Amino acid sequence: MSFIDRTARSFLLVELVSGMALTLKYMFKPKVTLNYPYEKGPLSPRFRGEHALRRYPNGEERCIACKLCEAICPAQAITIEVEPRTDGSRRTTRYDIDMTKCIYCGFCEEACPVDAIVEGPNFEFATENREELLYDKDKLLANGERWEAELAARLEADAPYR
Amino acid sequence: MPKLTVDGIEVEVEAGATVLQACEEAGKEIPRFCYHERLSIAGNCRMCLVEMERAPKPVASCAMPAADGMVIKTDSDLVKKARTGVMEFLLINHPLDCPICDQGGECDLQDQAMAYGCGSSRYAEKKRAVKDKELGPIVKTIMTRCIHCTRCVRFSEEVAGVGTMGAVYRGEDTEVGPYIEASINSELSGNLIDLCPVGALTSKPYAFTARPWELKKTDSIDVMDAVGSNIRVDSRGSEVLRVLPRTNDDVNEEWISDKTRYAIDGLKRQRLDRPYVRVNGKLQAVSWDEAFAAIKAKVSGLDGKKIAAIAGDTVDCESMTALKDLMGKLGSPNLDCRQDGSKIGGPRASYIFNSTISGIDEADACLIVGANIRAEAPIINSRLRKRWRSTTGDFKVGIIGESWDTTFKHDYLGAGAETLSAVLDGKSEFAKVLEAAEKPMIIIGMGALNRDDRDAVLATARAIADKFGMVTGEWNGFNVLHTAASRVGGLDLGFVPGEGGLATNDILDAAAKGDVEVVYLLGADEIDMSKLDKAFVVYQGAMGDAGAQAADVILPGAAYTEKNGTYVNTEGRAQQGWRAVFPVGEAKEDWAIVRALSGALGQVLPYDSLDAVRSRMVELSPVFASLNAVTKAEWADFGKAGDMKPEGFATPVRNFYMTDPISRASVTMAKCTEAFVKDAAAEKVA
Repeated sequence: MSFIDRTARSFLLVELVSGMALTLKYMFKPKVTLNYPYEKGPLSPRFRGEHALRRYPNGEERCIACKLCEAICPAQAITIEVEPRTDGSRRTTRYDIDMTKCIYCGFCEEACPVDAIVEGPNFEFATENREELLYDKDKLLANGERWEAELAARLEADAPYR
Repeated sequence: MPKLTVDGIEVEVEAGATVLQACEEAGKEIPRFCYHERLSIAGNCRMCLVEMERAPKPVASCAMPAADGMVIKTDSDLVKKARTGVMEFLLINHPLDCPICDQGGECDLQDQAMAYGCGSSRYAEKKRAVKDKELGPIVKTIMTRCIHCTRCVRFSEEVAGVGTMGAVYRGEDTEVGPYIEASINSELSGNLIDLCPVGALTSKPYAFTARPWELKKTDSIDVMDAVGSNIRVDSRGSEVLRVLPRTNDDVNEEWISDKTRYAIDGLKRQRLDRPYVRVNGKLQAVSWDEAFAAIKAKVSGLDGKKIAAIAGDTVDCESMTALKDLMGKLGSPNLDCRQDGSKIGGPRASYIFNSTISGIDEADACLIVGANIRAEAPIINSRLRKRWRSTTGDFKVGIIGESWDTTFKHDYLGAGAETLSAVLDGKSEFAKVLEAAEKPMIIIGMGALNRDDRDAVLATARAIADKFGMVTGEWNGFNVLHTAASRVGGLDLGFVPGEGGLATNDILDAAAKGDVEVVYLLGADEIDMSKLDKAFVVYQGAMGDAGAQAADVILPGAAYTEKNGTYVNTEGRAQQGWRAVFPVGEAKEDWAIVRALSGALGQVLPYDSLDAVRSRMVELSPVFASLNAVTKAEWADFGKAGDMKPEGFATPVRNFYMTDPISRASVTMAKCTEAFVKDAAAEKVA
């Protein structure tokens, strides 16, 4: 019996038809693919992307050079050097992140007592060579200025859970 | 000997011990802030509360004398509650600025808040703020962080002997600081930073430089004076960042001088990092081979008598050994480790601090001759003060030489040799004191020994020692206080003129006349370089100071933090320090340079490892076989009676903060000189 059944199915193209039917069904369902890079998917406020150093609204940099991020960094990607600034406050003279070493664990953000170093929503920072991925303080502060609105919104959204 | 029970463990402690010490004996950790082993008991932080049976409330264990039959509990619920409460009170006014505090990571309050705190605060009111005090170029203050343990007050009062610190106002308004706005004029002020359990007193030169967890810690020995303080060198990468004391009760207890602690920033400046050869009057950078070739061209074929070597004040014994052997191979008897021309030597008892530094604790009278101990060896000065303060009987001190600001009561006897003779003849009042003393001691400084009449001075001092019974079977109160870290080591190794050899001053004179053609300076900078104009000068060392300027060939050596070295302190105690960082640039360890040079000169020295050099040192002197211990020296005949010059004994250390190439290059030491030494000079003028 099974032989007749199988033969009939193959002559009547049943599998092809059911496959085409499935295709037809998805034509009337909403699209799940995105037209990247023109369209982008939603990101959690906890998404850990490119790093940024933030400033206070008055323009003063937040980082106080406590070195906790450097200490916690499991990939040892952060290098900090400190000196007293002319006004006697504790500030970094060097704040480097080697983005090729970074594993984007977000510990630096967790460790920071003043929300200075954050991992922002940006994940599109591919470069043409390695050197561009060795971020210095200027680059990180520039990132902070560029993304500040989003960074602040993300921190606020996540604040109740911290 | 009271016996008591701590958490069910029975312990027996010495009479007079406290409950806290008994708890430690039982292996129980008691948190504390104000209590410190080497300071008096204050009992004001209340962190060390323990429960005592039959006491109505918890007792402060640091201030409670242990008594027979006490039953102490250190981990009961009551104790835990008491500790949490005390911690909460302490944190009421302590700012939460750990991230910007330099004490972060090594803070007693931070650690103990983690261990004994309750984790949250119920205090929502405004915190107190206190104005910072200005304490000079070494100690940085953030007085808002102060928890009023008064360790700093007790230290400056008791150990440093400058009563400038104190607590004013009461209760919450208490402020700790100098009574009058003034820097702490003490050579030991850096120790306040170690003592402060919080970040109220931190190090100014080291401010914000590094976190403790980043540092590599290396045990080392200090070379800034002849005490041989035990230090810990903290470094990161290729940089030495700070120096801290290591505890050694026989030498420096827990203290180090400010020069020891802060001269290290001189190691970053004026360093010799590659070999140089003088060509047409100008120093030119060359390779090691070229530098050795230049020396070979000059030395080969030269009569050994025309070669001389002088070792400096901060040189390690290994390199002196190598250079001594090399000079022997070259046939030169002209070598000297006493660049100040003091010509001391002979029997070992005549040049070491025989009674040892810890022996000061037992002495009951002390005659100081030609030594400004506060400037030459602040650690020994603090030991003398400790003895003077201690309750074990009177301690009378007489001073001959320059009058200097001691930190203890003393009788100033006179300026020079005349007074010394008067003491010997019994004409001086102090002779009676020495007569009555059971363990009298005499400390002779370089001020009395670097003169031409030093044999006569030494003979007189020896006569005093004999006459007043300073030398008995067990006790030897005859002490020489050196100012150079390498001096005793050099004398032990025999880095002194051989048969028919010339001593430092003779070498310089001969070089000026042209009789000595090659002078090898091993880190020697304190000599009259103008006399070396005619000679071919080889300078081996780490710092570009006077010696390097006069040199024809510069061989870059390692500083004391950059090599494994043995140093013998003024007591004759051989101690080893380890390398913290690598030498800068092309510089090498000093003994290895001499060894390499010996190969280039065709006079190969028979060792090529540090161990082999050290066994050679043991051959030269058994002192190096017993490290960290003082080998007692046989009392012997030394000195030569004769006429003493009438001039007063002048101390060789004019400025405590700048005595050697490293401290002269140091910015911090320059600031201290400006703040303290010039002030003093201006006062004198006014």
